[in-house]
Amino acid sequence: MKYKDYYQIMGVDRKASAEEIKKAYRRLARRFHPDVSKETDAEERFKDVAEAYETLKDPEKRAAYDQLGSYQPGQDFRPPPDWEKHFADTPFTFEDLDLADLFASFAGRNARASGAGSKVPRPGQDYEFNAKISLEQAYAGTELTLTLNASEPDERGFVHHRPKTVKARIPKGATEGQRLRLPGQGGKGSHGGADGNLYITISLLPHPLFRVNGHDLYIDLPLAPWEAVLGTTVEVPPLGGAVRLKAPPGTRAGQQLRIGDRGRPRPHAGAGSLYAIPQIVVPAAVSDREKALLQDWAEHSRFNPREHFQRR
Amino acid sequence: MPSGLSEAFWLHEHYQFSLDELAELAGLTAVELRHWVDEGLVTPVDLAATPWRFSADRLFVLQRACRLRRDFELEPHGLALVLQLLERIEDLETEMRALRARLPGV
Repeated sequence: MKYKDYYQIMGVDRKASAEEIKKAYRRLARRFHPDVSKETDAEERFKDVAEAYETLKDPEKRAAYDQLGSYQPGQDFRPPPDWEKHFADTPFTFEDLDLADLFASFAGRNARASGAGSKVPRPGQDYEFNAKISLEQAYAGTELTLTLNASEPDERGFVHHRPKTVKARIPKGATEGQRLRLPGQGGKGSHGGADGNLYITISLLPHPLFRVNGHDLYIDLPLAPWEAVLGTTVEVPPLGGAVRLKAPPGTRAGQQLRIGDRGRPRPHAGAGSLYAIPQIVVPAAVSDREKALLQDWAEHSRFNPREHFQRR
Repeated sequence: MPSGLSEAFWLHEHYQFSLDELAELAGLTAVELRHWVDEGLVTPVDLAATPWRFSADRLFVLQRACRLRRDFELEPHGLALVLQLLERIEDLETEMRALRARLPGV
């Protein structure tokens, strides 16, 4: 079994009072709780903190933990002889258990001893999975193969972690942060309890060309100055079939050219819009001939792009 | 242990749960959920129409409420306030993403 230093995780002294431990927990929970935190490793950090607090807040569990002695975090260790009497009437192996599971069943034993029936139906655990998918996958729908760290209790109530693979069909039209439910794909229920559910939260990977807003798509449309002035027809790279877009004569940079129903499919019917945002781009270097043409244009034009500067 | 292909269902406003369904999925009792509706923590599609129906996306709010209640020991009033603020942050983030989508890329 690998050692975890719960005191170090909580940032408290081994002799810390219950009050100090509670304070430390609250501070760390506000910082790392995945529902309120923006820290990148929030979920992992909070899991450790919650695990440490679960044991240290309970005087009995804390005493049992202290009896294990002190090791380096991650160091392999064996509990002292007879230590398992805290948990079970008969000796058992610690090999494939981890510390959190062990202390979780500690409470389970108390519950069993007090006669609060172990035969009560208990629903299976719900699992959460954050899936990053590409815009193309969201557009067309996709199949994902998810590998979960499933925790399944054995017949004695000890929890074992096993990888579990779930193949999920994601329907088309996923938006950022949208959630899906896979009924019955969570943990197994015990004693006739219903199986848990698997919940997937979708996040969209950035796309090199398209930006997403709900079901709408945005794409920058670079135009040469003459294309903007004279108008042009452009083939916009496809996400769901190529789109030919007409930029009218006199197209201005930053204006939105909308193509209805060519955004992303909506879950029920129809689709969002595709917006192309023209940008006027210029060549980094021009030939003498081009320069002469432009000078000619400048001389013959009465256009004043900064007319509004003088109106005040 | 590979299993067959499972169909995933959107939890969005086009799908609705009954009070019992929603409570079971969130791991609450029907009584607790009624209490939370009273506290304004979650609102049915139409408060006046009985039996209540709930938009499926409310499930996430309730699951989050359960986590916050467990991990921060919050009572319903404090919980409702936290949820309200979190939802406001999410609305602002959505708006920010929308504005960013309109900005020309680099």
